[in-house]
Amino acid sequence: MAEEGKTVRKKIQATDRMNRIMADYFYGLNEAATSGTRKVAWCTSVGPAELLRAMGFAVHFPENHAAMLGATRLSTDLIPAANAIGYSPDICSYLTADIGAYLNGTTPLAKAYPGIESVPRPDVLVYNTNQCRDVQDWFAWYAKELGVPAIGITSPKNVNEVTTAHIDDVARQMADLVPTLEEISGARLDMERLRETVALSRECTELWKRVLDTATASPAPLTFFDGTIHMGPAVVLRGTREAIDYYTVLLAELEQRIADGVGAVEKESHRIYWDGMPVWGRLRQHSELFSGLRANVIASTYCSSWIFPSFDGSDPLRSMAKAYLELFIVRSDAYKETYIQEMLQKFRIDGIIYHDAKTCPYNSNSRYGMPQRLEAATGIPSLVISGDLNDLRCVSDEQTKTNVEAFIEQLEEGK
Amino acid sequence: MLKPVFVGLDMGASRTKVVVVDPLGELIGHSVRKSGVDFGVTASACLDDSLAMAGATRDDIVRAVSTGYGRANVAFVTGESKTEIGCLAKGCHHYFHEAITVIDIGGQDNKIVKLDSVGRRSSFKMNRKCAAGTGAFIEEMASRLDLPLERMNDLARQSTDMVKLGSYCTVFSATEVLESIRNGKKVSDIVKGIFYSVIKRVLEMDSLTERVVMTGGVVAHNPYIVEMVGEMIGRPVMVPEYPQLAGAIGAALYALDDRSQGDSNG
Repeated sequence: MAEEGKTVRKKIQATDRMNRIMADYFYGLNEAATSGTRKVAWCTSVGPAELLRAMGFAVHFPENHAAMLGATRLSTDLIPAANAIGYSPDICSYLTADIGAYLNGTTPLAKAYPGIESVPRPDVLVYNTNQCRDVQDWFAWYAKELGVPAIGITSPKNVNEVTTAHIDDVARQMADLVPTLEEISGARLDMERLRETVALSRECTELWKRVLDTATASPAPLTFFDGTIHMGPAVVLRGTREAIDYYTVLLAELEQRIADGVGAVEKESHRIYWDGMPVWGRLRQHSELFSGLRANVIASTYCSSWIFPSFDGSDPLRSMAKAYLELFIVRSDAYKETYIQEMLQKFRIDGIIYHDAKTCPYNSNSRYGMPQRLEAATGIPSLVISGDLNDLRCVSDEQTKTNVEAFIEQLEEGK
Repeated sequence: MLKPVFVGLDMGASRTKVVVVDPLGELIGHSVRKSGVDFGVTASACLDDSLAMAGATRDDIVRAVSTGYGRANVAFVTGESKTEIGCLAKGCHHYFHEAITVIDIGGQDNKIVKLDSVGRRSSFKMNRKCAAGTGAFIEEMASRLDLPLERMNDLARQSTDMVKLGSYCTVFSATEVLESIRNGKKVSDIVKGIFYSVIKRVLEMDSLTERVVMTGGVVAHNPYIVEMVGEMIGRPVMVPEYPQLAGAIGAALYALDDRSQGDSNG
């Protein structure tokens, strides 16, 4: 029967190396902000980070910080502070957790990295609404609170095919950011440096894709839950050599696991696809829940969202525009369904789990009939679990456990 | 061992149900009690009641399987557990050998499980983290109306002009009930409206196949709900002899089923 058992989760050895480069990154940011040696830009996670990096900014990603608030389970106690100033419990719990943390004067960075007292104070806030409108509202609040400019890109949504018109629009908006950024940074944009940065991002993204693709092996050498942690450098350090060096090491370790026939989950029997955000405060529990059922969540929409095949150093601005438009979250349901079907086939998936995150409609793809359509098209069963990325008040552990156990039972009976 | 028996124990959020079946799968003992706060004590009491009814003792138990929210809390009785979804499916297929959709309305959650003609689950849905549409909703409304739960069914049946509750939420529904009282609506019409609200919440969870079976404590104690569902979907709804015991019977049948032993890693 599908009863959760005790399993030993295999630690990825490269984790220590990742922790070191992430620490260097956060200390570097802190140094920039406290010494004033470099200007600090806050950027959305799939925003024009390459542009900012190429212009010499130290780049902080509030979404990364919000995920840390979730993973450390601080978020649920901080969200109410943002609710109380008018930011509803129904909107993005990254936003409410992050603003709540600011209002409470707390950050998990302080505990993780001694010497850091706060998130780096920004000189400019740069958003891209390709993910959602909430990021713009989020940055607007800080802009007013801290008296710094918030500038950004308004992207189209529900795009089926990314057209030249879309790319022209976003590339123009991106170029329009440059004068303001030059004024703040005090230096002209060096196109050669931008080309190099975009080329480095492309290299990073290709390696990250190869890392995720190792899960096509049976047994898969990594889990979705590993992926949510190890994607850190792809989020905050793409465009740098450090990220490339890290993924080279991680890839080698995972390829060795495949060569040795070592799976991340012992006796992997069920291969699961995860659509939607992780529940950051339940990463360990969910990882153990699945591995205890000999199920491995091997592929996901979320981790794959930091693969940008269109980055092209020879045409940096337009290729960035294209890459950030081709993102899954920007696309129509018709595109998303084709994409997921390809993933199901590629990773030989037995079942799909959709996480319906209460405060993140943009990453919850179960609300417009997609599970039913995909199940009819592929015959692969699916399960929708209700939860949230950061607000654990919206999570029922017992319901999640029963649902997942019953789903794995169903898959077992269907074999 | 004088009388080999197989036990199914369904430790629900509201009620604990234990059944005893013989080697042919015939129900020979059963018991239902409030789950209370000490699951172990309740499970033991239910087990002893049902064994006594079956004319058996604990020594006669060949195998026992637990299910329900408290399934992990009763390991002293059962070495194995199954989810309530699986047990509900097995219990219902035992009585209805055809493709069915099972609607289970429990104290704290609702389930819709679809089975093919050989009893294989093709899908299932549980309610969201919300009490609307569950037994807890009816209990809350009975409390607002100051009515004993056991009167709800007969009152609903007496309704001549049902009050429709529009809200999704238990708290808002309670406000609507109070408003109806203030407006002089008959209690029977309000109670039928409460039943209607439960059914609406359940039917919006999933589509139904042709043959529909209803189970659960709410169904067992309020058979009028089954009639209302039949009217709403335009076809009769089937109910097993002991709708509240469907999950426990499924657990007992898993205990009886050799395959469950082979599949178990619990």
